[in-house]
Amino acid sequence: MTEARRAPESPTMEMTSNKEVLRRIEYTGDMLLNMGPQHPSTHGVINFLVQTDGEVMKRAIPEVGYLHRSLEKIAEKVTYNGYMPYTDRVDYITAMCANQGYAMAVERLLNVTVPKRAEYCRTIATELNRISSHLVSLGTMAMDVGAVTPFPYALREREFINDLLEELCGARLTYNYLRIGGVAYDLPEGYADKLVSFLDHFEKILPEFNRLITYNEIFVQRLAGLAPIPAEMAIDYCLVGPNLRASGVKFDVRKDIPYSIYPEVQFEVPVGRGEVGVTGDSWDRFWVRCEEMRQSCRILRQCVAQIPKGEVMAKMPRKIKMTEGLEAYSRIESSRGDLQYYVIAGAGENAYRVKVRTGSFTAMGIIDVLSRGLMIADLVALIASLDVVAPEIDR
Amino acid sequence: MQGFLDNIVRHFGHDPATWPWTQFVYLAGMAVFAFAVINFAAITAGIFSWAERRVAARMQSRVGPNRVGPGGFLQWVADAVKLLTKEDLVPAEADKFLFRIAPYFMMVGFACVFVALPFSHRLVIADMNIGIFFILAVTALIVVGIIMSGWSSNSKWSLFGAIRSAAQIISYEIPAGMALMIPVMLAGTLSTQGIIRAQGGFPWQWYLFDNPAAFAAFVIYFISALAEGNRTPFDLPEAESELVSGYNTEYSGMRFSYFFLVEWGNMWVMSALATTMFLGGWQIPGVSAETLDAATGGAAVVLELLSLAIFVAKTLFWVFVVMWLRWTLPRIRVDQMMNMCWKYLVPMSFAAVAFVGGWMLVVHAVPALGLVMRAIMFVLGAAFAVFFVYRTAQNIRDTGDKFDFTSNW
Repeated sequence: MTEARRAPESPTMEMTSNKEVLRRIEYTGDMLLNMGPQHPSTHGVINFLVQTDGEVMKRAIPEVGYLHRSLEKIAEKVTYNGYMPYTDRVDYITAMCANQGYAMAVERLLNVTVPKRAEYCRTIATELNRISSHLVSLGTMAMDVGAVTPFPYALREREFINDLLEELCGARLTYNYLRIGGVAYDLPEGYADKLVSFLDHFEKILPEFNRLITYNEIFVQRLAGLAPIPAEMAIDYCLVGPNLRASGVKFDVRKDIPYSIYPEVQFEVPVGRGEVGVTGDSWDRFWVRCEEMRQSCRILRQCVAQIPKGEVMAKMPRKIKMTEGLEAYSRIESSRGDLQYYVIAGAGENAYRVKVRTGSFTAMGIIDVLSRGLMIADLVALIASLDVVAPEIDR
Repeated sequence: MQGFLDNIVRHFGHDPATWPWTQFVYLAGMAVFAFAVINFAAITAGIFSWAERRVAARMQSRVGPNRVGPGGFLQWVADAVKLLTKEDLVPAEADKFLFRIAPYFMMVGFACVFVALPFSHRLVIADMNIGIFFILAVTALIVVGIIMSGWSSNSKWSLFGAIRSAAQIISYEIPAGMALMIPVMLAGTLSTQGIIRAQGGFPWQWYLFDNPAAFAAFVIYFISALAEGNRTPFDLPEAESELVSGYNTEYSGMRFSYFFLVEWGNMWVMSALATTMFLGGWQIPGVSAETLDAATGGAAVVLELLSLAIFVAKTLFWVFVVMWLRWTLPRIRVDQMMNMCWKYLVPMSFAAVAFVGGWMLVVHAVPALGLVMRAIMFVLGAAFAVFFVYRTAQNIRDTGDKFDFTSNW
């Protein structure tokens, strides 16, 4: 009992409730700052309980749950096909990836093979969506560090992507483009040319973006060496996607557990190198996203060149029914990293259970540890560099 | 302006020294000038608010406000009317008295600066012999207002903003003051008009190119002025992504508008001061200050307007540079801000003052050296400008950007 009360100081071992933390802060005489849920730079409704002594923080405790919409529970009440629009809302910045993960899980349950052309359509859609998601992430991160101009630049490019995706599926944010067994619509007439002309334009914008912000001296000074995550720690805290790769761990689901048509395309997996500071610092996380956009452009060019002719939808029953208790699991590389769906089939037309595991949620866990000793301005940059998206945290 | 009022009194056939109503004429004159100055400050700030939004919009490939009036020019009137009609909310837990008076401290500190700021050869409210000292002194009132607003709001975000601002403005007063001492040393006077008169109309006659230390002093002054005016990259006191809105978080309506009026008006103040101290002020190239003094009748009016135009053009250029910086650079962190001031700017400004002292002795002994140094500095400055234009053109060519200044107004 005495051992338990003398809790170790190691941050990973503390298992206290937020209420307990609040009580402790009152004792210390530090200032308790509620950063959020209505704060301009928490990227959605997240609250941070910040224990601070002036500008320097003692710690910042993320408090999640403000945006919980019971998406996993809804899956138990609607049909398999009917749940597809809900997956858009899991992560509305990268709705295509969230669609794809769910579609893949159910296809594995049904043992359906998706036609090649549909896989290419999926890849084109998700890679476009990845670029647009990274643009939002980079733009808002620059804005959180105080530079407002990169944000409209990024969003201007995102508008072009939105136009392309709108032409593909009719929607600009929550696409609902993928179907179980394929995609809803084939590529429209002349889509490849439009895509290539966009890529030609966009690949010229990337160096401009780098000149404007990535290598800006103040920006580098702000982010170099800020909150570095060593590779081991990143793995311990279950970081995924660009956050993990920025720490120097070369893990990308597209390469290491290949799915869809990714084995057929050539691309690099950029990892953080500590170019201006320490490997795994906030600047590396920014830079890795910049590089990933370049790689996505490469993938898109290959997709346009290689896409075969054919159907975009596999033969599917009108009503999807399955044996109760079947399980399937899918992993895809969303723009926020490893997005996993675990689906257990129910007795009727709906799933018994759907579990979504998202990158933003695990990224929130590391903020408490990283925030110790940082400044308030750094916390904002840190949250932005981890690219957390509130709906993806809570679902 | 006392001389101007004396002339009016003389015009009506009285001797200002003996006429008993002279004091009342002075009083009326003061009221008129104060009214004019505050209106000038407020209207400039308003126009800058429109200009800044349009400039920012152009830089961010947006359109910006373009609905109210031609090119959206009357947007600031619409904003002012809206802010005036909003509820003036005072938080329940706030220190109500301090909360209410804080914006006035800022307004007073800001408006007083215009008393000593010159506009043209004759147009200056009071050509005080302590002009620069007066400007530095009254600017400090602004920080009092900021601290007051932050403290009385009883909000943690406001307090953060106020404390940051106190640290920032008080720190940067030192390099700014030291940098401004260099033109004062070179001219041998604290009077703003006197400093302009000591310079000339052509760029190589400006104090900017007088010697390397004066150039450094200009850079130091400009950085410090950005910090004192809470402009990016030093907009920490109102960093919207960190502190919601900083010291003015809890303000609304008219009182809120005062804070922004001061911020935008300050762009004029910092640019006009830079023009006065380093860039030759209203001096017309090729026309000496003595010629201006001697001119009479129509020629005097034309020259006066020309000098006004030159001063305004130089000032507006620097206002544009301030806006340009704001929409280009990220914000620095609070510890970096303090480091920059105390580790770099303060020692550099002291070194510059020491250098200028020695340099003045050298030039006094060998006047030709001063001319050579001015020529070298001017050529370097011109080369830098050419290089800048070249690099900009190259960047534009690389991205294939097209210029379009005519549409989307």
